[in-house]
Amino acid sequence: MIWDLFIIVVKVVGVFAFLMLSVLFIIWLERRVVAFMQTRIGPNRVGPFGILQSLADGIKLFFKEDVRPTSADRILYPLAPVLMMVPAFLSVSVLPFGDHFGSERAQLTDLNVGILFVLAMSSLQVYGIVLAGWSSGSNYPLLGGVRSSAQMISYEIAQGLSIVGVLMYAGTLSAAGIVAAQHGDPIVGFIPRWYVVPQLPMFLVFLLAGIAETNRAPFDLPEAESELVGGYHTEYSGVKFALFFLAEYLNVITVSAVATTLFLGGPDGPVVHGFLPWLWPILWFVAKIYLFIFLFVWLRATLPRLRFDRLMAIGWKYLIPVALVWVLVTGVVLTVNVGAISRRTLYVGIGVVAALLLLSTLLPTSKPESESEPEPTAPGGSPS
Amino acid sequence: MPGELLKGLSVTFRSMFRKPNTVQYPEVKRQVAARFHGRHQLNRYDDGLERCIGCELCAYACPADAIYVQGADNTPDARYSVGERYAAIYQINYNRCIFCGLCIEACPTRALTMTNEYELSADTRQDLVYDKPDLLAPVPAGVKPPPHTDAVDGPPTIGRYGPQASLSQESSEPVWALQRAQESRQGDRELPTEEVTPK
Repeated sequence: MIWDLFIIVVKVVGVFAFLMLSVLFIIWLERRVVAFMQTRIGPNRVGPFGILQSLADGIKLFFKEDVRPTSADRILYPLAPVLMMVPAFLSVSVLPFGDHFGSERAQLTDLNVGILFVLAMSSLQVYGIVLAGWSSGSNYPLLGGVRSSAQMISYEIAQGLSIVGVLMYAGTLSAAGIVAAQHGDPIVGFIPRWYVVPQLPMFLVFLLAGIAETNRAPFDLPEAESELVGGYHTEYSGVKFALFFLAEYLNVITVSAVATTLFLGGPDGPVVHGFLPWLWPILWFVAKIYLFIFLFVWLRATLPRLRFDRLMAIGWKYLIPVALVWVLVTGVVLTVNVGAISRRTLYVGIGVVAALLLLSTLLPTSKPESESEPEPTAPGGSPS
Repeated sequence: MPGELLKGLSVTFRSMFRKPNTVQYPEVKRQVAARFHGRHQLNRYDDGLERCIGCELCAYACPADAIYVQGADNTPDARYSVGERYAAIYQINYNRCIFCGLCIEACPTRALTMTNEYELSADTRQDLVYDKPDLLAPVPAGVKPPPHTDAVDGPPTIGRYGPQASLSQESSEPVWALQRAQESRQGDRELPTEEVTPK
């Protein structure tokens, strides 16, 4: 009994430490990667290669004056950052980090409704944001909070729907079960049985929805400095702002971790037999998470911000129909009782059609030829 | 549309491997132009005397009112500059200076020039008011620094007032009056063709 408790405490501390260190690392990584993509170097003064920069930023934020606007709500104003941080930590607690650590699973807890729990936690974060915006008692935070929460709840539908396909394949909501369902011999010798292969459109939908859920660029209008000063965290300073900052990067890790669990097989990957068998799955899991994080940072460095109405349009008018259609296709594939065509042919057929559809979007769009050259006009508009 | 997205992503990805344009100041400093407007300097002649004659043209020209000059007379026992006057107090207030260089253009003797030094940060406003000792150029090697004594070091021979310096020592008339008297005595004389160029 005491041993079980001890194991639980060790796992909790381990997950917490991993997340906090990852957040610090990711802040530094983002600044360096974005800098290199802009042909400059990022922070390189505080510690070797500037790696202690996030620590220095955190210490500075801790020493900053803790300002509270007089019109701020007494209870909700300090509570909102907590409401944003805690669900992010909890989401990761149900994901498998590896296979086995001795006789223990490398997972904090394996809820049999794990994925539903993850979705519920991301819904709770909306509370954090909208309460932060409203309880600040000021205009820009309210606008930012309302916009951000509208964005988040609209993309939650797309996120939930994109998971349905995976759940139909795996047949279980438990994260460990989904990871286990992705094991198996590779198709055609090298393509692993990860759900990214049969569920590629859902993977893309989940990624887009994930970026929008975490308020990352290009969906970061609610918190962009040039738009809303700071959005929902304008009136926060010091430790509370540090918590928001941490919560945002934690969300990035959470979305990446959920994406690897659902679509990339979690800790699945080639293992060096015999030598530290518990280490390799954890390394694969962490490597896949960081692959997604690099993708998020890459998108942030490349893409301009989406205007808010276009952002909502993407969530409602494009992602949800795509997800719904693919759920239908998955349902057909899983339940169709074909006699003449083998199931493999059916899969291949659908895959080819989907791939062709995706590739057709890559074709260069041909603009209609303009009928005549525009008339040369004198300044003032009249054709001369 | 995804095609354009992928093209854009590849641009940033490839730019990750380009050489960054960052200059690692202060370990590496970029070269400034030859005529860069930096800290001012009060120059001297080769015999150690200051070029500044306390005419206050630089203070008059300054648009930011950053220069304060107070002149004083050279005496035969204490001579700081060639000519009759020198700048007893000369201050440039770098809190106000805008580094435009109009003072340099105004100076008739090329006493005031600008160096290329731009690292002028200080902790207090008082530290940014540079006095004459902060601005004077160093004395050339082996030369006696001012004040010179005319009896010991001889009359100043370099500079625009050099050849006529002996004129003012014998009378208390201003040099221009003595020059006119001398020219009228000597008749029209060829003006010296060698221009005294400040070094």
